[in-house]
Amino acid sequence: MADVTRYALTGPQGPKPRRTFSRRNIFLYGTLIMVALYYALPLYVMVVTSMKGMPEIRLGNVFSPPVEVTFAPWVKAWSEACTGLTCDGLSTGFWNSVRITIPSVIASIAIASVNGYALANWKFKGADVFFTILIFGAFIPYQVMLYPIVIMLREMGLYGSLTGLVIVHTIFGMPILTLLFRNYFTSLPEELFKAARVDGAGFWGIYFRIMLPMSVPIFTVAVILQVTGIWNDFLFGVVYTRPDSYPMTVALNNIVNSTQGVKEYNVNMAATIITGLVPLTIYFVSGKLFVRGIAAGAVKG
Amino acid sequence: MNNSVEIKNLDLEFGTVKVLQNLNLDIGAGEFLVLLGSSGCGKSTLLNCIAGLLDVSAGQIHIKGTNVTWAEPSERGIGMVFQSYALYPQMTVEGNLSFGLKNAGLAKTEIAARIKRAAEILQIEPLLKRKPAALSGGQRQRVAIGRALVRDVDVFLFDEPLSNLDAKLRADLRVEIKRLHQNLKNTMIYVTHDQIEAMTLADRIAIMRDGKIMQLGSPDEIYGRPINKYVAGFIGSPSMNFLEGELSDGLFEVGGVSIPMAGYEFASTATTSGGATLGIRPEHVVTGELVVNAPFQTDVTIDLIEPTGSDTLVDCEFAGGRFRVRMDGQAKVSVGDTIRLGIDPARASLFDRDTELRL
Ligand SMILES: Nc1ncnc2c1ncn2[C@@H]1O[C@H](COP(=O)(O)OP(=O)(O)OP(=O)(O)O)[C@@H](O)[C@H]1O
Ligand SMILES: [Mg+2]
Repeated sequence: MADVTRYALTGPQGPKPRRTFSRRNIFLYGTLIMVALYYALPLYVMVVTSMKGMPEIRLGNVFSPPVEVTFAPWVKAWSEACTGLTCDGLSTGFWNSVRITIPSVIASIAIASVNGYALANWKFKGADVFFTILIFGAFIPYQVMLYPIVIMLREMGLYGSLTGLVIVHTIFGMPILTLLFRNYFTSLPEELFKAARVDGAGFWGIYFRIMLPMSVPIFTVAVILQVTGIWNDFLFGVVYTRPDSYPMTVALNNIVNSTQGVKEYNVNMAATIITGLVPLTIYFVSGKLFVRGIAAGAVKG
Repeated sequence: MNNSVEIKNLDLEFGTVKVLQNLNLDIGAGEFLVLLGSSGCGKSTLLNCIAGLLDVSAGQIHIKGTNVTWAEPSERGIGMVFQSYALYPQMTVEGNLSFGLKNAGLAKTEIAARIKRAAEILQIEPLLKRKPAALSGGQRQRVAIGRALVRDVDVFLFDEPLSNLDAKLRADLRVEIKRLHQNLKNTMIYVTHDQIEAMTLADRIAIMRDGKIMQLGSPDEIYGRPINKYVAGFIGSPSMNFLEGELSDGLFEVGGVSIPMAGYEFASTATTSGGATLGIRPEHVVTGELVVNAPFQTDVTIDLIEPTGSDTLVDCEFAGGRFRVRMDGQAKVSVGDTIRLGIDPARASLFDRDTELRL
């Protein structure tokens, strides 16, 4: 065994000392705090306002906390607020959005992941052309296609129905999702795919048994992208559905912009928060997974 | 000879890049063939063609007498071991081994029996319930070999299976693979660019360059009678010394030195004069007491010494060029010493200067 020797050391040794209040730290944390405040303040105002009664709001102290906390505006926003002719609040819109979002998310991700897998691993004839068209599709502005799609849906007898909107969302999610999945599958080691082929697995066998279990991160990313994207969609919702099947965003707009009577700021604030709650929850629940998923897609492994 | 794998007129192109050109290769049943070549020469591509993972551009591949050119990889009766192991990360070792068998629709008892046998041969029984992430590199490679083993195939394809391992483990697994081959007597095609692996494992070695097979022969042949200058320089470490000179009437002249080539076996009797390159392996140069028996002797001054423990490599100047000599590790020499070298033309190689082919 080697002798244990301890030298008497002078000069710099061990970890380098760091000052808490260095100029760099002050600048860094100062900026972070400013930015955080900038984003948190409007949210604070919304929450506070939504819990005040109208008389209190008229006093004009936007930033002051509510003197008398009330949840009446929330109840009204959910079930009583008037949108044009009907007065059943956001609830109908919420359920419509749920019925639009769930099938759209599932369909678009299912199709896009298979597309991406086929493009990445099975070099079929015309794959490059197909991929180029898809990429191109990702850059076409939606507005250009609004009216042609109205005609197509009408010809198919789906115009105004939820099914029609689901189809539209599925199609528009396709380019970016396919790209996402293709790049992810390309980044997986090619030899795994080859090994599975030698082991006699076919197209679906490899997809379900080998690729899917390794793709949880990218599926998380896709779900978040699609849920928030489709939930927050306004344009397609207002164009392709009828009032009784309007999604939540359109209902929210109609409540906030209704011209009858006084503007009930507290109800509007509550309605807005409720609408934003779904994407917000998704972010909070899967925030960690999301970041990990993006990194996993970008960097190998 | 009873051939196990026959490759006929094989071409492979990636777009406009011709990777394999008119390649012909017959591999006997039970033979251990090593494909050796520098990076990018098409070894993996050839292996992938045999496995059916790449569609060939032209030519045929026969395995056990059946034309499998259009067959699926799983129908060819091959097992493949990849450089990166390529174990399915979400399955246990057992799952990895049984995946192919389940796909083939084998009975449960048969699957269990085969896994047991492979696990015994490779000594991975305690690992069967673990995931690949919980294995060391050597263990992973064993599992990867096991995955080929359970398939009970006639032809094993190895694509640089040991190159991700450290030197010690590589040497151990090399021996294991050799033993495996002796016991199983399957045909094995083994890609590597480690020439020690090639020399120790192979029944025959195929040296590849730019998608063509330069020389195919036993390790002895390749080492002793390289067919051209490229093969000569590629095989052997430290690599062969080359002297550029003139050959005339059995006398090789270089930088004012004449080396009589008496005893050298010419490949053909046609050429006995003209520009030529003489190749001498550092380990074929004799020093010390042995020099007196050598047909050609000369004195050189040592420039540089590289001790490696077992041997000492000595750099010197000879006939106007650099020359390396391998001496015993015990040799007492130092820079500036003058030593006497002996060269035996019978163990040297002569190449044409222009065509670089063996003379
Ligand atoms: N998909 C591809 N498209 C185009 N060229 C390719 C492709 N795959 C391989 N090549 C080219 O084919 C040649 C042979 O590649 P291959 O992988 O067979 O080399 P290798 O001999 O296995 O090399 P290494 O020892 O580095 O593994 C290389 O020049 C490579 O650039
Ligand atoms: Mg290779």
